[in-house]
Amino acid sequence: MTSAVPDRIAGIYADGWSRIVATMIRFTGGDWDLAEECAQDAFAQALQKWPASGIPDQPLAWLTTAARHRAIDRIRRASTEAAKLREVAAMDLEPPYPDDSEIPDERLELMFTCCHPALSLEAQVALTLRSLAGMSTAEIARAFLLPERTLGQRLFRAKQRIANAGIPFRVPPAHLLPDRLPALLHVLYLLFNEGYGDAQKVRLCQEAIRLARVLTALMPDEPEAHGLLALMLLHDARRPARTDAAGDLVTLDEQDRSRWDQARITEGAEICERALRRRRAGPFQLQAAIAACHATAPVADQTDWPQIVGLFTELARIAPSAVVELNRAVAIGMADGPEAALPLVDAIAETGQLKDYYLLHATRADLLRRAGRGVEAADSYRAALELAPTDAERRFLRNRLQPH
Amino acid sequence: MKYLMLVCTDPSYTPGQEEGAPDVVDWLEEMNGKGVRLMGHRTRPASDATTVRVRNHQVLLTDGPWAETKDQIAGFDVLDCADLDEAIEVAAKHPMAWAGMIELRPFWPEEY
Repeated sequence: MTSAVPDRIAGIYADGWSRIVATMIRFTGGDWDLAEECAQDAFAQALQKWPASGIPDQPLAWLTTAARHRAIDRIRRASTEAAKLREVAAMDLEPPYPDDSEIPDERLELMFTCCHPALSLEAQVALTLRSLAGMSTAEIARAFLLPERTLGQRLFRAKQRIANAGIPFRVPPAHLLPDRLPALLHVLYLLFNEGYGDAQKVRLCQEAIRLARVLTALMPDEPEAHGLLALMLLHDARRPARTDAAGDLVTLDEQDRSRWDQARITEGAEICERALRRRRAGPFQLQAAIAACHATAPVADQTDWPQIVGLFTELARIAPSAVVELNRAVAIGMADGPEAALPLVDAIAETGQLKDYYLLHATRADLLRRAGRGVEAADSYRAALELAPTDAERRFLRNRLQPH
Repeated sequence: MKYLMLVCTDPSYTPGQEEGAPDVVDWLEEMNGKGVRLMGHRTRPASDATTVRVRNHQVLLTDGPWAETKDQIAGFDVLDCADLDEAIEVAAKHPMAWAGMIELRPFWPEEY
């Protein structure tokens, strides 16, 4: 009746899609395709009926019941087997959900199944966006610049694989969680990063943050989940200042801090602090703490670099990598001056691990420039320029190479 | 669910990383005891294999494996597990997961 109904349905879709899909996967005994189709059908019915009838008091219960009817219908029509039909008859007897709050929340099961390490990473990402974020195949394809058909096949194969390989629909038991939770967090962060570098893909960042919020609500005692949410909020808060009007990258120290989203920074910093108080620091919490140091400095000059050095030292201890070492060197360069950092960067360069990583050369160039060694700096800028992956990065390096 | 667990050598494996690897006797005892392992055996190398094909009603035999691959399959086990997670745990406890590799192949369901 009112134009607000479709908007409200969109809101119910955003929150309810994954819950209904999860419930339907359980209901159909693991038929992901049928579960999705029935969830979609339930929302289509809602769009048709609710504008006239008004939104029901218990919309999730209404939608789940509609999806269940559809599933029973479909199985009945597709099956001639007596055993299957008896099963369906039993399904039909299950009482409808009287209340939204009585629908079991199985989104966590859905998350862990979508991000099962026996699926390829690209399959995990596609499934997460489809089943959890409720993005359509076309939307996901657009976000990854892939033909819709390719993405449709990828999703189809992933669902087949879950059924055929026997990937369970469940939250992993405690002894598997130390492996599985990081895998799940990794997928969410990958989604976020995919969206962070590209204004066209902001949706991916929003979905990653939304799913991380769901995850922290469902697993409140996992500090790394909170760490990831905090990290994404803190990065996302700086998005408006990351590029200038021409689309060029603006470095952290030159960003207009008045354009940072202060509410997000406050929220991210608080979540990070609460997580760290549990004394089970992990890579995401430490990265979030570093991001918070940057985000809460009123001006670049007041950044607490010694604190950042300490956090990177801890990060290098629990999650050692050459990239972390490089970032630690950058922080040392800021805290103690470029001469202190150059030997560290040279030591990383000598291992050869990052020789194709443009930021190694760009970092070295920047340190040399600040140390007043202009000729060597120019050589490193040129090395970085050859490896830089995007136009924006190349433009930035070229500007440094030819100071105006 | 039933899985065929192919126990394979890994040509790219460099020895010295198997410290702390479980013992195969312990593995057999544990998995037989749990009823997870239905059967299995070591197999002789590919050089002792015979490949059988019937073409035009004639039995054709080849001395050796069907393809010119490196000798990879060292044995097999048949597992009966609740799901892939359990099968992965069983496979990861086998010493050849440490010094070689293991492939898990789900069975087609019975009705096929």
